[in-house]
Amino acid sequence: MEKASDLFKSSEVPGHLAGNIGKSLSSYCLHLADNSLIMGQRLSEWTGHGPMLEQDIAMSNIALDLIGQSRNFYQYAAAILNAGNMNTKNVNDSTEDTLAYFRDSGEFKNIILTELPNGDWGQTILKLFFFSTYQYLLYQRLSDSSDKQLAAIAAKSIKEVTYHVRWSSEWVVRLGDGTEESKQRMETSLDYLWNYTSEMFVPREFEIACTENKYGVDVVSLATDWNKEVGDILAEATLKKPEAGSIQIHGKKGIHTPYLDEILSEMQHLQRTYPGLQW
Amino acid sequence: MSILESVMDPEIPVLSVIDLGILRDVKYESSVKPSGEWHIMITPTYSGCPAMDVIAINIRMALLQNGFHNFKIIQQLAPAWTTDWMTNEGKEKLRAYGIATPGITLDKKNLEHPEVICPLCRSVRTTLISQFGSTACKALYQCFDCKEPFDYFKCH
Repeated sequence: MEKASDLFKSSEVPGHLAGNIGKSLSSYCLHLADNSLIMGQRLSEWTGHGPMLEQDIAMSNIALDLIGQSRNFYQYAAAILNAGNMNTKNVNDSTEDTLAYFRDSGEFKNIILTELPNGDWGQTILKLFFFSTYQYLLYQRLSDSSDKQLAAIAAKSIKEVTYHVRWSSEWVVRLGDGTEESKQRMETSLDYLWNYTSEMFVPREFEIACTENKYGVDVVSLATDWNKEVGDILAEATLKKPEAGSIQIHGKKGIHTPYLDEILSEMQHLQRTYPGLQW
Repeated sequence: MSILESVMDPEIPVLSVIDLGILRDVKYESSVKPSGEWHIMITPTYSGCPAMDVIAINIRMALLQNGFHNFKIIQQLAPAWTTDWMTNEGKEKLRAYGIATPGITLDKKNLEHPEVICPLCRSVRTTLISQFGSTACKALYQCFDCKEPFDYFKCH
């Protein structure tokens, strides 16, 4: 990530966002940013390794879109944290970079799904399809947020996510309704990933607070649409939709799998070794 | 304005920031102390477009070289950038450069299944190779008639 904060002062924090609301809103922004960043960082592992050039480029482009979205959310989170004097630990002045590079895994609020390993091409595709469909529904509602900056980021991002949904759905159908081997691999991925999707629809305190203030989206209400959209594509792909999973996972609360540490150690390595280093 | 016309997109060097619709507004804020300030409002094409930072730097350089010092480049996200803001002149330059141009977003067909005209032989018999091309804003197509692959600037 390049340092754009010197050039851009885009986020203006309305005065009423101090105190508890500010705290919830900054957590909310961080959650949205972390989801996109970790998903994007994971997908970027395919760069140079895609099954063919066009798909390699597609995956890298999607990763780039996601990292771009996360930057917008981080910049806004930083502006709220700075304006409300809500910075923690050794950071006095948050920037998109300090938020991405100097927080530990326990401070990350991404859902577990995003940090899971890519696995084979099919598993990555399925994970992206689940995530993009969720993002699409979320951003659709978030673009009506009473918080103007969140609404603007959502309205901008949804145009990109539309492509991600279309591209990943096509691949899910192609692989599910493909050869015997591709179908079998998709079934294995489906079994593995399905249980992790339930976390999307379980709101945490900061989400509830933001929903009450009409800044955020009630994720519970997204479940029906998500299940329908996903169910339709799985049916087209001749894949059987699993029963609802019931595992308890708490990525949004900062309780992560060791996979996140693995991602962070690589992503944060340079900035932690040479803090503030620039290109 | 004429200074900014010289600032080109680093990936598609025939298009200026004005042609692309990235430059949203230029205004003079006389209330800024001590002697006022120019505000250059730009908007990103795609959230992750790596060209944006370069574009901002190039705008800064162009203004400094022309003797402007009291300005601020401000990123504006809303309303979200659309290819509808690309000027007709810009589209013409794009075509001449070998990139197929986007239709208007008002027509939903353009967003999902656009009719893409080959920029080389003008054939309408073209097919999508990949939804994602060499940059986020382009898709890869191929022409059935002249057989050439080409970039299509996505309707967005």
